[in-house]
Amino acid sequence: MRRYILARLMQALVSMLALSLIVFFLARLTGDPRDVLLGDDYSQEQWDKLGELWSLDEPIYIQYAIFIRNALTGNFGDSIFWKEPAVEMLARRIPATVQLTVTAMSISVLIAIPMGVLSAIRRDTWLDYAGKTIAMLGQSVPPFWLGIILIWAFAVTWGLLPTSGRDGPLHYVLPSVTLGWFVVAGIMRITRSAMLDVLDSEYIKLARVKGVPENAVIWNHALRNAAIPVVTFLGLILGNFLTGFVVVETIFSWPGVGLLAIRGIQSNDFAIVQTVVMFGGLLFITINFLVDILYGYLDPRIRYE
Amino acid sequence: MDPAAHTTRLTRRRRFRLSWPALRRLPVLPGFILLLVVVCALFAPLLATETPTFGNLRDAFIPPAWSEGGSAAHLLGTDSLGRDVYSRIIYGARISLIVSLFAIFIAGSIGTSLGLISGYFGGRIDGIIMRLVDIALALPTILMALVLVAVLRPGILTVIIVIGSLSWANYARQIRGEVLSVKERDFVVLARSIGSSPYRIMSRHILPNVFNTVIVLATLQVGAVILLEATLSFLGLGVPPPNPSWGQMVAEGRAFIVVAWWMALFPGLAIMLTVLSMNLMGDWLRDLLDPRLRQI
Repeated sequence: MRRYILARLMQALVSMLALSLIVFFLARLTGDPRDVLLGDDYSQEQWDKLGELWSLDEPIYIQYAIFIRNALTGNFGDSIFWKEPAVEMLARRIPATVQLTVTAMSISVLIAIPMGVLSAIRRDTWLDYAGKTIAMLGQSVPPFWLGIILIWAFAVTWGLLPTSGRDGPLHYVLPSVTLGWFVVAGIMRITRSAMLDVLDSEYIKLARVKGVPENAVIWNHALRNAAIPVVTFLGLILGNFLTGFVVVETIFSWPGVGLLAIRGIQSNDFAIVQTVVMFGGLLFITINFLVDILYGYLDPRIRYE
Repeated sequence: MDPAAHTTRLTRRRRFRLSWPALRRLPVLPGFILLLVVVCALFAPLLATETPTFGNLRDAFIPPAWSEGGSAAHLLGTDSLGRDVYSRIIYGARISLIVSLFAIFIAGSIGTSLGLISGYFGGRIDGIIMRLVDIALALPTILMALVLVAVLRPGILTVIIVIGSLSWANYARQIRGEVLSVKERDFVVLARSIGSSPYRIMSRHILPNVFNTVIVLATLQVGAVILLEATLSFLGLGVPPPNPSWGQMVAEGRAFIVVAWWMALFPGLAIMLTVLSMNLMGDWLRDLLDPRLRQI
């Protein structure tokens, strides 16, 4: 187990290193990185200050070392547009994104897992077909379009829910549904197939034979063992979730990290973009690492080859 | 018989073959929708009633033909600049198909070549390529797209490069696995023993035997790529205006959802139907050609 964790840790570090190399070299690919970082409108003073901060006269590997050192101390430069440290801007926006994630994830899991279980135990009934339809639509309905259509229906036409901002619980409904949409579809599908596998196994038969009530067999014995693929799936779809943030925060003007990234792109603010990308990448790689470790604990057959 | 000729015949035999039972399970409606999308893309100038990039401001916000105030000249209504929504959707099929075809071609070529090299040579080369695959799969697409677009600036070519360079890893991993088993088969061993070069063995003997997998992976990917292009265009990171990309049309419709719901609704429906049909076709083709890929 320790060997497995170490190997996965190395892999995570290498991925992070690769991400930093990509961000570092892409900014320098097109010539002087200040062209990308400062955008079109800058003063000579800004130009010189940045050159000094990043030691642009030094050889490229020294520059990279400085980039890494600055990154480790949380210094990604100042936003050109808002004229303040990019990291602080990011930090201010994290709570909004986290609140939305927790809400959307909880709702999704609470809806998806019972639905997945039900369509597994009521196989080939209307409930199962409804589940299959939702799962299929989950992969093909674009979330950005769903969000707009929801606004049109619930906010514009019926006036039931607010369109944007985050002033109260009602503001969480539409963004959470939009963000959780494909998560629900995915978890449901995975739960269903995992449950079907587990329900077929010997220990479930044993539980039934010794007279455990059917409800306890399904929700206790079976679901606990079907949880492994679901956990892995949650790790796998994390990348889609990041895309989801950017899209949902754009549609609902949600003041989170995703919207910051888009504003950064729109105003040619590379400091913002690279900060969001490095932190997002770090989060993504860390969570994937944790999921793999958890998976290794849950299923002792997993070993790093 | 000359062994080279014999092996070529053997390799040829495992290619594409359609049987009646398989054809009967062909998803008819999705197939029809996809055919329609392709026809729209090919014959856009004939099918469209107006130029997609030009509008008359006096004709702005005309609702669809069947609703109150609609006009027969604009079947699906007009947008904020007076452009015909129907014509823009027809031309939008071109953008979606061009971007996904080129992006998948790039991703497939890179991935398949690396997979062949990795599986055939093994050893250190294999190790390096597979670590690259791990890294590529570990980096979230949207973040890489953000950096690439920030540096390269939005454009059709940028979208193709972004999507192509971000989705090759699956091909490499899958093809490598196939190559590992194919390269032990008799015809490859024979070809090697008569002195064929590695390039020839890979391209003439191994590639034809793993090509089904390439086709299945590519088909399964089209839906996701169309969705990704639409998402990038929606965010303003993809195809720039005035080109009629479906995702970007939804983005424009967002601002006018209160007064002109049709601007966002119809392009989104086009995306949904195309992606849904493509996914169903992909599933069918996978079951037909390579059922082992079902797990992915």
